[in-house]
Amino acid sequence: MLDGRAMVRRRAGWRLWLSAGWLGVLVLAALLAPWIAPKDPLAQDLFLGRLPPFWVAGAEPGYYLGTDSLGRDVLSRILYGARLALIVAVVAGTVTCLLGATLGLMAGFLRGWADVVISRFIDIWMAFPPVLFSILLIAVIGPGLGSIILAIVVIDWTRFARVVRAEAMAQGAMDYVASARVAGRGRIGTMLREILPNVLPTVVVLLTLEMGIAVIVEAILSFVNLSISTDDPTWGGMIAEGRTSIHQAWWVLVFPLITLFLTVLAFSQLGEGLKDRYDPVLR
Amino acid sequence: MRLLRSVLLRLATTAVTLLGVAVIVFFVIRVVPGNPVAMMLPPGATEEDVARLSALYGLDKSIPEQFLIWAGGVLQGDFGTSITARQPVLALVLGRLPATLELSVMALVIAVALGGVAALTGTRLRGTRVEGGIDVANGMALSVPDFLWGLVLILLFGVLVPVFHISGRVTPSLDLPFTTNFYLFESVLRLRFDLWADIVSHMFMPALALAIPLAAIIGQLLKQSLKETMHLDYVTLSRTKGYGENHVILREALPNAILPTLTLVGVQFTFLIGGTVIIERLFSYEGLGNMAIEAVINRDLPLIQGIVILFAVIFTAVNLAVDLLYALLNPRLRHA
Repeated sequence: MLDGRAMVRRRAGWRLWLSAGWLGVLVLAALLAPWIAPKDPLAQDLFLGRLPPFWVAGAEPGYYLGTDSLGRDVLSRILYGARLALIVAVVAGTVTCLLGATLGLMAGFLRGWADVVISRFIDIWMAFPPVLFSILLIAVIGPGLGSIILAIVVIDWTRFARVVRAEAMAQGAMDYVASARVAGRGRIGTMLREILPNVLPTVVVLLTLEMGIAVIVEAILSFVNLSISTDDPTWGGMIAEGRTSIHQAWWVLVFPLITLFLTVLAFSQLGEGLKDRYDPVLR
Repeated sequence: MRLLRSVLLRLATTAVTLLGVAVIVFFVIRVVPGNPVAMMLPPGATEEDVARLSALYGLDKSIPEQFLIWAGGVLQGDFGTSITARQPVLALVLGRLPATLELSVMALVIAVALGGVAALTGTRLRGTRVEGGIDVANGMALSVPDFLWGLVLILLFGVLVPVFHISGRVTPSLDLPFTTNFYLFESVLRLRFDLWADIVSHMFMPALALAIPLAAIIGQLLKQSLKETMHLDYVTLSRTKGYGENHVILREALPNAILPTLTLVGVQFTFLIGGTVIIERLFSYEGLGNMAIEAVINRDLPLIQGIVILFAVIFTAVNLAVDLLYALLNPRLRHA
């Protein structure tokens, strides 16, 4: 039998590189979209509606992955859609992480009133169905990029807060923390200099997972038609359109879906890979 | 005695949580731009008409006042009147609840079956390629949320190989003799297996989409617990007694390994119920979630409140039930 641990490490490394590779391709596509997209993602041409991808009979040259019902190029829209998806992933993920981890750290290490209040809010948040909550928030604050990011932050901070709180609590009970206090560090200083570095690997893993979740939330909101404007190319919007014309033009659904699927898988596998490698807590 | 006290404490915190949910929803949706009343009236309506209708729905009072009136009604079982459907919210919501409950329970059953089979097979064939395959499949299933699995299933079994229905709860042309909205349950009671088959073929795909991520979680955790249990002395003892591998896994290891999985299933079940919102939308399934999205789009404030509160009640009830079940099943807690 093979050494189990070596096998896990090898598989983890493979996973890590493949996910990072796909995300790298995506970042390039997003950055270079204006130069590599074959068509204008917004250009409509009703005479060129629902063209199939290039290998199917009836395809037009230049429209490699076909067109949607309004004659917009599917490939170009996927490339431009990567911009929005990545912006949402990075910005919403980071802000959610900062807010959630800060609150979790305060609740878990400072305890007392901070913990009571923050824990009660976590309980209340856990009683909301998250998808419904996000749709509700977008309906209230209106669609747009900022609204999506805000909705993700408001809803998902508990993911970080719960884990970091528990972890900060466990770390706080350890000897090294007590000795730091004895050595004369203040409470806030101990929290930032002693506890924070020890929960950081956990936070980084959660952040990677959160980026994948943010991409999905954006797609879901676009799907319910509450994301940006209906014209702007978003993967979720394309999927929503593809769902309605699935029997006439499968490619409108299939290509954005594959892209979204691989992206979410990549973020999550990256997180899992990092966890196996560096994080003693979540493992 | 201590158990009773901790149960009472749990009930009290649950009440606080529900009150918090109610307050937050109430205030958040009242910041909505766009007067819901103005949307109900024909274009030629005067400002007087708007004011009169606002007064009818109590929307002319201050928000805290509205909340007190609403909360007073809720305590008497009155959740207000839906603005778009012009029917009592409670009746509307309870009418849709059975559809969502049936879907969630079916998804839970599928998830437990799939996850259980994956864990048991992986344990029985540990060290082989099959175990590796199960691990990879579990990892994939876990990484991708229900929304995407739903779309993949629609493509595979709705379009490519159209074996299941991909929209609705039941074929609309069918004549339904049901008195309750528990279609799946009642079709069995009435021995109408033709209807039952139609309902299942509508429900199967959304239920499977909801079940896949949960099945992966169950499969992973149960397999992990089984792996740890299989190394314990009493398992080795039963093996030396001459029992076969299947007996050792199913009768000796499983009963002890199942407890952590059971708790997790409870928590994850609430996530699954939360997932019905978008899955019902995706499959045009006429349940609570679909109604909730319609209500948000139509700015139907009383209906939104009612649905969110109902979801919160379900979530907290499931969590409470899991805690109690855990206390009953775990002998160490029972005698504490």
